[in-house]
Amino acid sequence: MIYHLQLGDLLPYWRVLLDGLIFTVVLTVVSTIAGVAVGTAGASARTFGPVWLGRCVVVYVELIRNTPFIVQLFFIFFGLPALGLKLSETVAAFLAMTINLGAYSTEIIRAGIEAVPKGHIEAGMSLAMSKWEVLRHVVLKQAFRKIYPALSSQIIIVMLGSAVVSQISAEDLTYAANFIQSRTFRAFEVYLVAAVIYLLLAIAMRALLRGLGRVLFRSAA
Amino acid sequence: MAPYTRILSALFAVAVLASVPRARADELASIMAAKVIKVAVPQDFAPFGSVGLDMKPQGYDIDMAELIAKALGVRAELIPVTTANRIAYLQTHKADIVISSLGKTPEREKVIDFSIAYAPFYSGVFGTKDIKVDKPADLAGKTVGATRGAIEEQALTDLAPPGTTIKRFEDNNATIAAFVSGQVDLVATGNTAAAVIAERNPQRAPALKFVIKDSPCYVGFNKDEPGLKAKLDDIIAKAKAEGELEKLSQKWLKAPLPPGF
Repeated sequence: MIYHLQLGDLLPYWRVLLDGLIFTVVLTVVSTIAGVAVGTAGASARTFGPVWLGRCVVVYVELIRNTPFIVQLFFIFFGLPALGLKLSETVAAFLAMTINLGAYSTEIIRAGIEAVPKGHIEAGMSLAMSKWEVLRHVVLKQAFRKIYPALSSQIIIVMLGSAVVSQISAEDLTYAANFIQSRTFRAFEVYLVAAVIYLLLAIAMRALLRGLGRVLFRSAA
Repeated sequence: MAPYTRILSALFAVAVLASVPRARADELASIMAAKVIKVAVPQDFAPFGSVGLDMKPQGYDIDMAELIAKALGVRAELIPVTTANRIAYLQTHKADIVISSLGKTPEREKVIDFSIAYAPFYSGVFGTKDIKVDKPADLAGKTVGATRGAIEEQALTDLAPPGTTIKRFEDNNATIAAFVSGQVDLVATGNTAAAVIAERNPQRAPALKFVIKDSPCYVGFNKDEPGLKAKLDDIIAKAKAEGELEKLSQKWLKAPLPPGF
């Protein structure tokens, strides 16, 4: 059965798609930075911090990793107002993505930290480096080099998962696609275009992250 | 041909012609004679027709059926139907009239007749009591929730002035959740959805701000029944004048009849 693509019907809505794409990119960039920061803090706290703090991190990580992202998002957007915290859909989207990536990257970075030989930490301490200097220069640098591919993958996964924020009316790329579909009824064309845009975005992000990795971890381990 | 074959064919033809149902000349007369009116009602569309906890049908349309039967002095026999088969039930005389939140469309007018309107069924913008919105222009600077692709959402996009923020959700439940949780203070939806919200959340009941599209409900019956139409119109007009319809609207839709009904 041959289907003739009617991409022309989507042309008047190119601006809607562009705005959605920009929202998705900004959402991903900000959430990635914040999420990796949360992950670094969480992993460091779990490995080197006081026991009670480590336990809090465990609870947070297990809670987020074992519940669906959309449920977390709905809880933040539809549930929190009942407790008096009413967030706009954009803030709710950023928060949910940051919390989600934070939990997964905590575990990824923790694996990297635990792979750093204890001897290196002792060497650093014996060179009169402070605990924070050891953490930053000896532990985290090596940890990130080891787990960077896994972390990049998780970032891409969270970027693709950002499509879900359209469900709380955050105006991302998927929201734009849904909107255009409801006006033109060209579901095949519009979701094909959206999928291609997400694909190109993922490829671009992977290339960017790979380049960044090469710049950051240039010297041999 | 054998001698009696012709006779048999003739008898057969007569039998076939005789079994064609005669057009009912007067539906109203047969109803009054049988002392029963068969009314097709919905059972899956609250608040117009649904099944209560005691497994008995209840709703606006059921009350309307009882009202009409009482005015005619006959017993009402409720026949549960669905949106798909209600017109067919009427055409095959399995039901005498249809009271099932039926809207008047040109396609339906070709096959059945309608009474005057007995229940409001409109989509509009609803909101919390304290928000002051009386017409589309008042929406500037405000946020309205709507279900993407619904007729009221498309109409609202055209009606709303620039400066209005329309938050579109994927389905009715998300839109209702947004209103109930306080994420939006205004929603564009149908009056039945608003009634359901009001029933479950009396402290945050949506009040009608203005109507977007009015598509009231009519009683449906077969064509060429002037006697039945006249009597039904008369009963409905009297119910409206005596306040019976207002009572039904308050009871099932938790809202007064819209102005101009």
